[in-house]
Amino acid sequence: MQGLTRLACNCSLISDSEENVKKTALCHEHEKLGAKMVEFAGWLMPIQYKGLREEHDNVRKNVGLFDVSHMGEVRVKGPKSLETLEWLTTNLVSKLQTGEAHYSLLPNDQGGLVDDIIVYCVTPNEDYLVCVNASNKDKDFEWMKKNNRGAQITDESDLWGQIAIQGPKALKLCDLVFGFPVSEMKSFTIHHTNFKGFKAIIATTGYTGEKGCEVFIETKGSADLWQTLLEKGQDLGVQAIGLGARDTLRTEMKYSLYGNEIDDQSNPYEAGLGWVIKPEKDFMGRALILKAKEQGLKRKLIGFKMLDKGIPRHGYSVVTESGEKLGIVTSGTHSPTLDEPIGIAYVDARHSATGSVIYVDIRGRKVKATVTPTPFIQKP
Amino acid sequence: MAYLIPEDYYYSKDHEWAQVDENIVTVGITEFAQDQLGEIVYVELPEEGQKVTQNQPFGVIESVKAVSDLFAPVSGTVIEVNMGLSDDPSILNDDPVNQGWLVRIEMDTEKELANLMRAPDYKKLIQA
Repeated sequence: MQGLTRLACNCSLISDSEENVKKTALCHEHEKLGAKMVEFAGWLMPIQYKGLREEHDNVRKNVGLFDVSHMGEVRVKGPKSLETLEWLTTNLVSKLQTGEAHYSLLPNDQGGLVDDIIVYCVTPNEDYLVCVNASNKDKDFEWMKKNNRGAQITDESDLWGQIAIQGPKALKLCDLVFGFPVSEMKSFTIHHTNFKGFKAIIATTGYTGEKGCEVFIETKGSADLWQTLLEKGQDLGVQAIGLGARDTLRTEMKYSLYGNEIDDQSNPYEAGLGWVIKPEKDFMGRALILKAKEQGLKRKLIGFKMLDKGIPRHGYSVVTESGEKLGIVTSGTHSPTLDEPIGIAYVDARHSATGSVIYVDIRGRKVKATVTPTPFIQKP
Repeated sequence: MAYLIPEDYYYSKDHEWAQVDENIVTVGITEFAQDQLGEIVYVELPEEGQKVTQNQPFGVIESVKAVSDLFAPVSGTVIEVNMGLSDDPSILNDDPVNQGWLVRIEMDTEKELANLMRAPDYKKLIQA
């Protein structure tokens, strides 16, 4: 095998200047836990601690902590904040009441997507927090400012650390740690609080399909919160979870990852994200996005399982039995929960119905697969 | 972590081991490699009779998170394949340097062994 190198798990050995890799405030916590660190979206992040499978299973059974401080936070404020966000995003921001949140998209002006985001409403038409992907943060911020309709738009990414707490026991742990009934919060809502004097926002959102929340916390308080969660969660079986398991967890739910399922060329209807498009309002790229739908979708994002041996991976071709190209695999892995390979792919719409037989070109071998319903796993 | 690195094996920079018995070379991956890869879930190996070339890919190993090529430590002809791995790739995590052998190769020339490392040098490589 090539490219296997002992990965640094000592933050202090990696100077700030080294390839300009950024470190989260939790870097030393990862080091203490013996994490394998990798560069991801310009950040030094833990890919795994004890092992991907163990971490994955622990999120499905107990509770896991994720350092997601690399995610970006953009504040949109002022009397023009609603108008600006309605124009910049596809979901209906005017529906959000105080403390509510929704998944949404930042479309570009070509009918594709700048990013997928979560919009948190602090105060309607006055104060919104937008959580964006780490890899897109600078691009998103510039795009939002360039197409601003009079709001105050600020990049607050340096102010916030972010810890995701996910799993069937996640909310119980949060109740203990925050002394507030987080378990009674509705899904996709936020609660402002403080943790040992540090400002924090608890948001009942996530990327695993499990119950849980994502906590924005002032950067300098994030290590303290991390340690407290680990300590108080011991009896609940809490574990730190790396990016490796984060990816297998979201793939089992068929959640999109920007750069895999969606990019600046993607039509959201093809990507199965039509539910966050609100054609009743005007927004950036609206006409082009709707036109693609009205003309009939040529391809669709589907989930599939392998009928013969092999693991599908990002970038592999989807073909017919005779080798005619039908599409491309956007994500694929061995599902730890199901203990079998699963994949997500764009395929020709005519081959997208559940039960359709497709083939995946795995290193020159055509391996039989079938379109299956998603998410791959059922959660309560 | 202390890895089992048998003294009598040869090692490649790509983390394969080679155990030489006259002109028959048994090939596998090292404990360091399995530890870095994590849970191995799929192995693709050549068929008996297939020719392989030193430092060229001869198979594929997949963990949950990644696909990695296997590189032949010597040139020669595959004379035996560990069929058990196909049904239970986890042997590669549990015992990569014994039961988890991948293939046996009839080597073309002993001279190529000079391009491989012995245990002390391999230990240095993975500690670097």
